[in-house]
Amino acid sequence: MRIQVQEDIFDPGAVLTDFSAGRTDMGAVVTFTGVVRDTGDRQLQAMEIEHYPGMTEAALTSIAERAVERWSLGDVLVIHRHGHLVPGEVIMMVATAARHRRDAFEAADFLMDYLKSRAPFWKREVTSDGDASWVEAKDDDEAALERW
Amino acid sequence: MEVLYFAWVRERIGLPRETVETSAETVEELVEELRAREERYAAAFADISALRVALDQELTDFDAPLAGVREVAFFPPMTGG
Repeated sequence: MRIQVQEDIFDPGAVLTDFSAGRTDMGAVVTFTGVVRDTGDRQLQAMEIEHYPGMTEAALTSIAERAVERWSLGDVLVIHRHGHLVPGEVIMMVATAARHRRDAFEAADFLMDYLKSRAPFWKREVTSDGDASWVEAKDDDEAALERW
Repeated sequence: MEVLYFAWVRERIGLPRETVETSAETVEELVEELRAREERYAAAFADISALRVALDQELTDFDAPLAGVREVAFFPPMTGG
């Protein structure tokens, strides 16, 4: 299991190659990569992500451990950035490796749902007119947890 | 105990963290004490349904007891991913 919280940008391709390397028993690897999206109508200049050092790592580890208990997984990876990000940059990535695809897909989906609303990150959008606003949590995100 | 604030809670209160001497027995009682301090605290804690709380870095509810707790954090609903 690899949990990483970092400010630095990373290359999801290189992370995937490293994650998959050296294993011959995993038939399925699923990855999800979150990217800063410019919403178009109001010109996003940057996304600033605040987090709770200490709790962040603990929460991500606990979410990943739940996934490992529930699905048959060979490995799990979560990388989440904080700090100043610009549109097009990768925000975070999850990867799951399993013998079969269903476990890998479902565990990745579970990880994403949980880290949206249970990992202590807060996003703030800065637009080109200098306006900055905190991104509000969506009711849908909370409701998504009930699927699990 | 140490009290931490994140995101707009931190902005409204104007501090990322502070040490608070309190005899509050639950999170709710601590919130009442903080609200009574100054307008900026009252503004931050105006609607606790818009807030989340963690005790020693674990999410919990506002009726949770504070006995033995070293670190309390208040923040809005999380927006990770």
